[in-house]
Amino acid sequence: MSTFNNTDLAAFKDVWVFCEQRQGKLMSTDFELISEGRKLADELGVKLYGLLLGDAVEGIAKELGGYGADGVIVCESPLLKEYTTDAYTKVICQVIEELKPEAFLIGATNIGRDLGPRCAARLHTGLCADCTHLDVDMGVYKDFLRESSTLDEKRIEGTGTALVLGKPHDVSRDLKMTRPAFGGHLMASIICPRFRPTMATVRPGVMKKAEFDQAKADACEIIKPNFELTAADLQTEVLEVKKAAKKLVDLIGADYIVSVGRGISKDVEGGIKLAEELAEVLGGVVGSSRAVVDSGWMTPDHQVGQTGKTVHPKVYVALGISGAIQHKAGMQDSECIIAVNKNDTAPIFEVADYGICGDLFKVTPMLIEAIKAEKAKK
Amino acid sequence: MKAIVCVKQVPDTSGKVSVNENGTLDRASMATITNPDDLNAVEAALALKDQTGCEVVVVTMGPPPAEGMLRELLARGADRAVLISGREFGGSDTFATSQIIAAGINKIGIEKGDIVFCGRQAIDGDTAQVGPQIGEKLGLPQITYVAEIQKDGDTVICKRMLEDGYMMIKTQTPCLLTCIKELNEPRYMSVGGIFDAYSKPFQVLGYDDLKDDPLIELDTIGLNGSPTNILTSFTPPQKGAGMMLEGSDKATCEKLAGILAKKHII
Ligand SMILES: Cc1cc2nc3c(=O)[nH]c(=O)nc-3n(C[C@H](O)[C@H](O)[C@H](O)COP(=O)(O)OP(=O)(O)OC[C@H]3O[C@@H](n4cnc5c(N)ncnc54)[C@H](O)[C@@H]3O)c2cc1C
Ligand SMILES: Nc1ncnc2c1ncn2[C@@H]1O[C@H](COP(=O)(O)O)[C@@H](O)[C@H]1O
Repeated sequence: MSTFNNTDLAAFKDVWVFCEQRQGKLMSTDFELISEGRKLADELGVKLYGLLLGDAVEGIAKELGGYGADGVIVCESPLLKEYTTDAYTKVICQVIEELKPEAFLIGATNIGRDLGPRCAARLHTGLCADCTHLDVDMGVYKDFLRESSTLDEKRIEGTGTALVLGKPHDVSRDLKMTRPAFGGHLMASIICPRFRPTMATVRPGVMKKAEFDQAKADACEIIKPNFELTAADLQTEVLEVKKAAKKLVDLIGADYIVSVGRGISKDVEGGIKLAEELAEVLGGVVGSSRAVVDSGWMTPDHQVGQTGKTVHPKVYVALGISGAIQHKAGMQDSECIIAVNKNDTAPIFEVADYGICGDLFKVTPMLIEAIKAEKAKK
Repeated sequence: MKAIVCVKQVPDTSGKVSVNENGTLDRASMATITNPDDLNAVEAALALKDQTGCEVVVVTMGPPPAEGMLRELLARGADRAVLISGREFGGSDTFATSQIIAAGINKIGIEKGDIVFCGRQAIDGDTAQVGPQIGEKLGLPQITYVAEIQKDGDTVICKRMLEDGYMMIKTQTPCLLTCIKELNEPRYMSVGGIFDAYSKPFQVLGYDDLKDDPLIELDTIGLNGSPTNILTSFTPPQKGAGMMLEGSDKATCEKLAGILAKKHII
C-alpha cells in the first residue's frame, strides 16, 4: 500500500457499488444499491460507478446504467468466475487504490459480508455492516431522524458535528450510515470521518429500485482498469457450487418466514401449500409450530420455538398459530410479525405488528395476491 | 496443533432490552451470555480436539468479568483461556477489535496445522466483520458461514452456505473459519470439566502486553481511534401493541400489503 494515502480525503471522489453476480447473472441487490448510490452521488455532486468482477461479464454491465450508474468498472479474469475472498479482495483493493472512490457500497449478502470486512481491513478504513438507511445531505438526514427516531429537536440539530479525535468535525460531507443494533432495539448512525473510502454493506431488499431507463443503460460507460491477479493469489479453492434444492430449510438465515400451526388441520396439505406460495412470493421459507411437527405434518427442521429454531427474520408470518410462550420464544424478535388467526384473543396477536382475525384458508390467498400486486409496482 | 476460538460475551438481546434516555444500552439491566454462534465455534474446536487431540484455546476481548464466560468454556473442555482486557481497548469498532485480537493471537502463536474459529456474528452488533478482519490482519485464508468441516492433515474442506445454496471450499491450515448454528449442537459442561476449570491455564493480556505488536497501530484502537464513530444512536418510535387490521377481506389484505411496501418490508 506504498503510495496509497487514505487520510488525504480530498483525493477521493465518486460513489461505487460492488455489483455481485452469481453464475453470470446480476443480483437484485445490485439494482437496489445502484439506485440508492445514485441518490448519494447526486447529494455529493459526484459520479456513480458499478464495480463488476467475473469472467466474461462485460455483456451484463450496461444494464446497471439503466438504474443510474454513470459507468461500470469491469474486471474480468477466469480466476474471478466463482467468488473467492482472495481474488476479489485483491482486485477490488487494487482498483480502489488506483481510482480512489469516496464511498463504496456492498450488498450485505453472504458474499458481501465475507468480502466487505476483508477489503476494509486491507484498505485500512471503516466499514458499517448491514445498513438500512444512508444519507449525505444533512437536511435529508435530519428529516429522516424526525420521522424515524424519538430524538428531540435539539439532539437532531446537534447531529451536524461530531467529536473526532477530540475535535469538532463537520459531518455534512460524510456518509451517514444507519443500521439496527441489539436485535433492532436500537438504531445507530455511523460515520467514517478520517479514512476513505467510507464503506458500508447494505441490507438486501431495503433500498428502493429505480425505474429502469434504457437510454441511460445505452449511455453507460464501460471502464476496464488494469489489475494483477495470478492463481498463486488464491489461498482457497472452490470445489463445487450448488444451488439449493427447494427442500432445504434455512430458517436461521431466512429473511422471510411463513409458519403454519395447528390451524391448518382441516386441510393440512392445502394449508402447507398456501404457506409455500406465500413464502415464495416473499422470497422466504416455511416454518411451523411444534404442534405441526408433533402431528407429523412437517419435518422437525421446520420447527420454530424454544425447542426448535430461534429466528429473527425481517418478516414472520404466523398462520393458524396460537402463540404459546414456547413458540414466541423462537420468533418474537422478528422485525415484523404478521398473524392470521380466527380467534381474536389468540396470544400471537400480542406480539404481532399486524394482525388479521380470520380464516387462514380465505385470508392467505388474498394476501398472496395483494403482495404480488405491490411487488409488481416496484 | 491448536484450535483458537474467538468468543464474545454479549447482552442477551432475546430478553428484555432497555435503553437509557440518551439512546445507549442499559447494559446493567441485562443478562450477559456467550454469543450463540461462538458456542458453535467452540464446539467445532472441541470436536476437532476429540478427533485429533489438538489444544483448544479460547480468546476473548472484553472487560474483566468476561473471565466467568471463559471459565465456563474451560469447563466445556477448552484447554486454556486468554482474556484480552484493557481500558485502552474499550469502545473499539470492528476494525480496532480485530487488530487487537489478531495481536493477541500473534502472542498465542499461530502455525501450520492451526485453525482460528469465530462465530459468524455477535448478536449485539450483528456485524459479522470481526472474523474476516482478523483473517486479513493475520494473512490467513478465510471461509465464512461454515456449516460443515472436514479436516484431513493440513487440508480443510468446508461447506459454506449461501442464500441460494452452498459452496464446497478447500484451503490449507492455518486458516480462519466463521461458524453458523447449523454446524453442530454445542455440548454442555461436564462435572469433571467444572472441577478442572479453575486449574487450567488462564492468561490476561493487557495494553502493555500488546502495544508493541506490529499489528497494533496506537491511533486506531479504542473509542477514539476506531475508524468509525457513532454519530447518534436512537430508539425507533414505539412499536406499540401492534395493529389489528379491520376485517379479513380483500381490502384488508391490500391495505396490509400496501403498508409493508411503503415501509420497505417487502
Ligand atoms: C417444554 C416445551 C417446549 C415446547 N417447545 C415448542 C417449540 O419449540 N415450538 C412450538 O411451536 N411449540 C412448542 N411447545 C408447544 C407449545 O406449548 C404449543 O403447544 C404449540 O406451540 C401450539 O401449536 P399451535 O399454535 O400450532 O397449535 P394450537 O395451540 O392448537 O393453535 C392453533 C391455532 O390456530 C387457530 N386456527 C384454527 N383454525 C384456523 C383457521 N382455519 N384459520 C386461522 N386460524 C385458525 C386457532 O384459533 C389456534 O389459535 C413446547 C411445549 C413445551 C411444554
Ligand atoms: N470482543 C471480542 N472478543 C472475542 N471475539 C470476538 C469479539 N468480538 C467479535 N468476536 C468474534 O467475531 C465474531 C463476529 O463478531 P461481530 O463482527 O461483532 O459480529 C464473533 O462471533 C466472535 O467470534
